[in-house]
Amino acid sequence: MSKSNFSRRGVLKTGAIAGAGLALPTYLSAASHAGYTNAPTGSSVKFGFNVPQTGPYAEEGLDELRAQELAVEHLNGIGDGGMLNTFSEKNLQGDGILGKKVEFVTGDTQTKSDVARASAQSMIQKDGCVMINGGSSSGVAIAVQGLCQDAGVIFMAGLTHSNDTTGKDKKANGFRHFFNGYMSGAALGPVLEKEYGNERQAYHLTADYTWGWTQQESIAASTEALGWTTTQNVLTPVGAGDFSSYIAPILNSGADTLILNHYGGDMVNSLTQAIQFGLKDKQVNGKDFTIIVPLYSELMAAGAGSNIQGVFGSMNWNWQLQDAGTKAFVKSFGEKYGFPPSNAAHTCYVQTLLYADAVTRAGTFNPCGVAEALEDFEFDGMGNGPTSYRGSDHQCFKDVLVMKGTDNPTNAFDTLEIVEVTPRAQVEYPVDHPMFAGGDLGTCNPGA
Amino acid sequence: MLGLNSRDFKLFIVVCLMALAAPILLNPFPTASALGESFNAGYPALMQRFVIFGILVIGFNILFGLTGYLSFGHAAFLGVGSYAAVWMFKLLSYNVVPAIILSVIVAGLFAVVIGYVSLRRSGIYFSILTLAFAQMSYQLAYSVFTPLTNGETGLQVYNDDPQILMGANSPTSPHFFGLEMNSQYTLDISGWSFVFQNGYYLSAIFLILGFYLSIRIFRSPTGLMLRAIKSNQTRMSYTGINTKPYMLAAFVISGMYAGLAGGLLAAMDPLTGAERMFWTASGEIVVMAILGGVGTLIGPVLGAGIIKYLENIVSKINDSILHQWFAFMPDWLEGVLVTIIHPFIGKGWHLTLGLLFMAVVIFLPGGLVQGGQKIGGLFRRKKTDDAADGAKTPAE
Repeated sequence: MSKSNFSRRGVLKTGAIAGAGLALPTYLSAASHAGYTNAPTGSSVKFGFNVPQTGPYAEEGLDELRAQELAVEHLNGIGDGGMLNTFSEKNLQGDGILGKKVEFVTGDTQTKSDVARASAQSMIQKDGCVMINGGSSSGVAIAVQGLCQDAGVIFMAGLTHSNDTTGKDKKANGFRHFFNGYMSGAALGPVLEKEYGNERQAYHLTADYTWGWTQQESIAASTEALGWTTTQNVLTPVGAGDFSSYIAPILNSGADTLILNHYGGDMVNSLTQAIQFGLKDKQVNGKDFTIIVPLYSELMAAGAGSNIQGVFGSMNWNWQLQDAGTKAFVKSFGEKYGFPPSNAAHTCYVQTLLYADAVTRAGTFNPCGVAEALEDFEFDGMGNGPTSYRGSDHQCFKDVLVMKGTDNPTNAFDTLEIVEVTPRAQVEYPVDHPMFAGGDLGTCNPGA
Repeated sequence: MLGLNSRDFKLFIVVCLMALAAPILLNPFPTASALGESFNAGYPALMQRFVIFGILVIGFNILFGLTGYLSFGHAAFLGVGSYAAVWMFKLLSYNVVPAIILSVIVAGLFAVVIGYVSLRRSGIYFSILTLAFAQMSYQLAYSVFTPLTNGETGLQVYNDDPQILMGANSPTSPHFFGLEMNSQYTLDISGWSFVFQNGYYLSAIFLILGFYLSIRIFRSPTGLMLRAIKSNQTRMSYTGINTKPYMLAAFVISGMYAGLAGGLLAAMDPLTGAERMFWTASGEIVVMAILGGVGTLIGPVLGAGIIKYLENIVSKINDSILHQWFAFMPDWLEGVLVTIIHPFIGKGWHLTLGLLFMAVVIFLPGGLVQGGQKIGGLFRRKKTDDAADGAKTPAE
């Protein structure tokens, strides 16, 4: 039962305690330490590798983690050095970064923004990381990029393909090496025209988040420029598992082309189900029905098996390229893990090395120094040919690969073949392009 | 004191001390040591989650613990509260006061609507109804209400938002009348470093207030009425008592707690997404309550703490950390141990949680609080009969 005893003394006491409690934060406010967030003080420096280890993009995330571990080994002088030998800058000698040994912590984003931010916060606040690398979902990458901006650490984005990452959600502390939806559209356009002509009815199934939206917009724009019509665009939830209810209506829509703006496990499921519904064997408008997957990855190709044969898509990088950088990376990754790396792995590996190199060139781990070193930085030997980091939006510009599912695969890794290496000039766009408008890079934040 | 009997008052004081001293208590190991790097939990982001989810589950316990009505859609109120708070940041300014007030009000109104419909049924049907409402809210937030919620990307504050109350010198992150949530004071004492953060203390004060209110509700005539509903609702109706208003009140209070938690989450980190409403999030709340001890005052807070600890600490332990720990052992033994532990760490933290949950449900149906009472009973049994009495009624 309730019991009230509001004596004068009791009220005064309570008031005093409550007052002290409320005053405590004022006393504790304003932490002041010079420099920047998590300045490394000892003989080591710590990176945070924040990737999805569970959820629909787990396969990509785990492959990213493998590449990140490999990058740390190479930075610390373990193994054969991989791309450090082919990289156009020669500042990294395998003795860590600025003489500090590289250590890392890992986290599981579960492909959820909230969890990813919690994990990144723990890396920054508890482990003292100066750089967060990872991604594998643009929603997550954008959420973590915003967090890193506020906390004052550098975010080296991993696999994130949405236009928004370096468009409307770009941040001064965030950098993206991976290509984006617009580039996929620009690279795929001419190839699709050559292959399928100018009169196609395209039906889009789109993952319902920033990446899906912007990729769909980009692909629709570039295919409509060829003369194609976009019949319909249907948004599907991420991680839906079963897409049959979305695929059945396509049969009656009059469309002759299905564009799957899906990724990871979702793409494997939707493509497999589309094939099971017999879409690929159909004839619509007197043409063979075709399926296009604008963003490809080896892991998805392996998951989808024979279903991807003849399906076109685009990639940031592929292990079958024949330049020295690719060969060196594929060799050291293959020796360590026994299979070739995916393009998600490649971008994380490259990002880690690029960060390390920028730190050595800047002579500091201060995010502002690093950002300055990365902005408008030109480099080569990382598998994509001559590449540059644009200073005004922190997006890398390089060649893009147009891929096709191998028609007659000879072994388990022979799933995709390179159709065309689209030159960089064809996929470039001005920083104020409408699909990337509305963002504000802001200024670099070194934190405390 | 404060209208509490001496036993409750002691518990309340313990909770106050734990909440206020958490930055010290949760950092038992020196920061740079191997144990500290892996097991210390005293960093602001995680401590905030401890107390915020503590608030959420305290509220959930008022409904489930007292009336026995299992709401399987509580995350919806958390999500609604978060959206309300972020909208306040977008429209007014980064001051957390309007944000938190609105999040509580919106979640309360939402609970009135859902409660009014769901409480027409009891037992499993009630649970399914709440689950359905929560999933519906999730799907709406995810797609239909995209202009309002920004879909999967999540609602966040952009530089070009109105923020009409924002002055030229206003802080650009959530603040309490100028006191920024993310500013902190670090105390370094010979190897240990303790971080005291404003945001954490704001949440901790709300936890203390919420806990106090929950004790008062538990001990009030209304609380007794709610317990009577749990033991036999039909009999209550036969004696001429209309139980509906009591149920609805409990449901709405519980929803408002969840809204407060959602508002605080947004105040600590001004971004929110639909995934906060997903049914697994609701399930997590139920697991927290059961793990700690349903119907007990302190149990749910413990349960919330343990789950958040496992999620954030165990999920970050990887094989290379294990190799560091066991480095002193012979190589073959190290290999064997790492192989055995591997499935339970990193991405396998769910497995650890599952095993813990099974163990608790099988051996300690009253949750961890019952475990504590059993241990306490071992030492106390001889002194008085009082302790034995306490052990028999774990639901207190």
